Amino acid sequence: MMVMVTLLFLDVSGVLHHYLAWTARIQFLPALLALNVVVIVALILLTLIFGRIYCSVICPLGIFQDIVSWIHGKRKKNRFTASPEKRWLRYGVLVLFVAAFIAGIHSLVALLAPYSSYGRMVTNLLLPVYQWGNNLLASIAERVDSYAFYGVDVWIKSLPTFLIALATFIIIVVLAWRGGRTYCNTICPVGTILAQLARFSWFKVYFDADKCKSCSLCTKNCKASCIDFKTHQVDYTRCVTCGNCLEKCNFGALHYGHPKAAIHPVKPNDERPVADNTRRAFLVGTAIVGADVALAQAAKKVDGGLAVIEDKKPYQRSTPLTPPGSVSARNFAQHCTACQLCVAKCPNGVLRPSTDPMRLMQPELSFERGACRPECVECSTVCPTGAIKPITVADKSSTMIGHAVWVKDNCVILSDGVNCGNCARHCPAGAIMMVPSNPQDDTSPMVPAVNSAMCIGCGTCEYVCPARPFSAIYVEGHEVHSQI
Amino acid sequence: MNDNKHNHNHSGKTLSRRSFLKALGLGTAAAAAPAIVSCATGDEKKGTTQEPPVGKMTYRENPKTHEKVSILGYGMMRLPATNGEPFGRDNDAEIDQEMVNKQIDYAIEHGVNYFDTSPAYSRGLSERATGIALSRHKRDEYFIATKLSNFAPETQTREASIEMFQNSLKELQVDYIDYLLLHSIGGGTGEEAMELFRQRYIYNGILDYLLEQREKGVIRNLGFSYHGEIAVFDYLLANHDKYHWDFVQIELNYLDWRHAKDFSEENTNAEYLYAELDKRAIPAVIMEPLLGGRLASLPTPLARKLLARDPERSPASWAFRYAGSFPRVLTVLSGMTYMEHLKENLCTYSPLEELTDEEKNFLYGIADEIVSYNTIPCNDCKYCMPCPYGIDIPGVLTHYNKCIAEGNLTRDRKDPDYARARKAFLVGYDRSVPRLRQADHCIGCGKCVEHCPQRIDIPKEMQRVNNYVEALKQGIDRGLEA
Repeated sequence: MMVMVTLLFLDVSGVLHHYLAWTARIQFLPALLALNVVVIVALILLTLIFGRIYCSVICPLGIFQDIVSWIHGKRKKNRFTASPEKRWLRYGVLVLFVAAFIAGIHSLVALLAPYSSYGRMVTNLLLPVYQWGNNLLASIAERVDSYAFYGVDVWIKSLPTFLIALATFIIIVVLAWRGGRTYCNTICPVGTILAQLARFSWFKVYFDADKCKSCSLCTKNCKASCIDFKTHQVDYTRCVTCGNCLEKCNFGALHYGHPKAAIHPVKPNDERPVADNTRRAFLVGTAIVGADVALAQAAKKVDGGLAVIEDKKPYQRSTPLTPPGSVSARNFAQHCTACQLCVAKCPNGVLRPSTDPMRLMQPELSFERGACRPECVECSTVCPTGAIKPITVADKSSTMIGHAVWVKDNCVILSDGVNCGNCARHCPAGAIMMVPSNPQDDTSPMVPAVNSAMCIGCGTCEYVCPARPFSAIYVEGHEVHSQI
Repeated sequence: MNDNKHNHNHSGKTLSRRSFLKALGLGTAAAAAPAIVSCATGDEKKGTTQEPPVGKMTYRENPKTHEKVSILGYGMMRLPATNGEPFGRDNDAEIDQEMVNKQIDYAIEHGVNYFDTSPAYSRGLSERATGIALSRHKRDEYFIATKLSNFAPETQTREASIEMFQNSLKELQVDYIDYLLLHSIGGGTGEEAMELFRQRYIYNGILDYLLEQREKGVIRNLGFSYHGEIAVFDYLLANHDKYHWDFVQIELNYLDWRHAKDFSEENTNAEYLYAELDKRAIPAVIMEPLLGGRLASLPTPLARKLLARDPERSPASWAFRYAGSFPRVLTVLSGMTYMEHLKENLCTYSPLEELTDEEKNFLYGIADEIVSYNTIPCNDCKYCMPCPYGIDIPGVLTHYNKCIAEGNLTRDRKDPDYARARKAFLVGYDRSVPRLRQADHCIGCGKCVEHCPQRIDIPKEMQRVNNYVEALKQGIDRGLEA
């Protein structure tokens, strides 16, 4: 499962998501946000029958922690001890999570959502490595005249998101290295919700007190630290039904199934706080802006060479742009868990995580590296949460996500005195027309004018505009998307 | 064609050349493999390697000085760079001087003695590189051709132009120039072209200055190179009695012989140009014998026709033999970026086997077919560069041409080959040209147009390429047509 989810994020071919998008859709929180009743009911039933098997089999973050913990386990055997439940922390985080969700503090929701954390780690840390590998293959393919591999740009799309992903990765690895499933049982809000169901699960791990020799192997190999071999008790809110204890028990004293006698969960009272360092990453909040290089328009005395292209800077849009299919800024903000799947899938370099504190890590559109192309609906096909609802190419071409605004002072027609009209030439909606800059003089230079009734906000004009660092035409977002 | 060609070569050098081909869409490798095989010195049966022979070069006599000029002239416009590509593709790469030295040494050893450069070539660095390489040889072993390239208005004052000429002597480390050219006369259209010519050479007295220098022996032969407006060419030849042109450099190849006008009304067929020179017994120096590689990387069906006629002669060698088969031709210039280019051309010209009339007619038949392929007549000379808005103009145009030659241009979505050709075109496009330098970023300012010696309407062609790209990307029909 983790491999499939990871491949879904990593794939650069644009093909795999047709086969793997379901792995994201069956994740708990995305399914909940998408109001995917079938998946939610299935997951609830699954947990009521088998316990928190979701955490061991479906959640990629859980499996990732198991791998880290397993590596440590290879070096140091029998390293776990039973520890009491950290109730105030688990429920505290859950309360915080629900409160943030209701209050609309989406960045906090996104920060705590386990699938999204995993998605961010993969897109920010693993994807670049994968892409470099791909680019290496692409350069080899190029040499042997093959078009099998296609090079892609690798860039940090948002520094804060990258740092948060890095911090999450470090915290998860440290916690998993030291204590196995510590994160799942102290922080993860999905884990805490499922824990309440798992309490009552039909199948569970239980002791056969007669066979138990109190050898402690089960406790020492429980990555959830939820088995107390002395009292023969298992904390079902923390057990992720991994089965390690069953395997380790040499005496057949542990069983997985429906216990004949009811067993009550442990009530711990010893609590130890764990620092939540991820919040620190909030404080780091400046976007990375490309080096400012002036356009070297060297006098044309000699032949050849390429003019240096100054990097474009993104506009601070007063209303951020959300992808076609997201219906409205509110729908998008409420549903998006900032897993970065759409960011990873966007083939045009348009989507990147926001740096705005309220929408931190949730994607937005900007057009320095490409435009939201008319034939592409990739993000809407992969989004598991319903933040970007499925949309057809035809629907997209009539969905207004924003409208273009001409910035007279930046326009090269007036500043450089050249003919241009590149925005009008490339507008797929035919919304830009060239008109005389002086309405009284038909021979005056022709400048672009936007017919905003036709404009869908795709950003082609902003992308192909020669003005730098700020384009002379840019797209302002719409709070609510509408149809032409 | 390309599948075949790449199966031939697997050496390191071929790899670097291959990346060059990828970048430029030149297909001399297609030509190189069979041509090198056909080189007659080695003995395959004994397993000796195929090397061009020494001492077999064909020479032509300069009627004025009676000096012997090698039929192969070395063009110093397309120099190798340290990154293995031709210089000028990548701003960070420098000229590979070591390689330039090596290739010039090899050329001289095999009888080449004519080297053609300009103060404008290779971002203004060609003369220096040429000077460094040639100064390691005796001055009487080589002839230097350079130009007065006063295209920019600020270089058209008398002082600036004279300084440019003096600087050429300095960069080339010589005290006389064997062949000096008024560079690319004929720019501009109609009356404007004559006026531009006068601005560059008459009003400032520079032509008189150059004539004086010829008197003094600082310039041994004076001539001009021509592209564009025929009125200027005619004017200069009409005044031959006054100026006594020692040579004239023209574009001549089997396509331009009768089809130059097909690509632009303002062009002139080589047939006319050569006849005008022949009438006055003026030696002709030939440029663009390969049309920047377009006659080397022919569309596959045409390459097949040439190879079917003689499997051991490459399309490029046909083009070189064609250019050399005119008696007034003094030398044929080739911008040989790589050793393989040099070796192949040495083989073709050591010695030159002139074409028969029947063979020429065969090539004219090929030329008629080339025209129907609708390629863009870009020879990758880079005169248009740098584009002030950062577009890689030759990169875009040569990619388009390369796709035509390789059969990767599809005109119909129902074509069974559509999906493969589409991928090859789009992936290859992103590989050859970074996205921000592609045709969609051309704003159509038109500043490049006046610099293009082939008179290509660059903004129009950029839109044509971009419409095609859009059609492929969106999977629509509009834009797929030529």
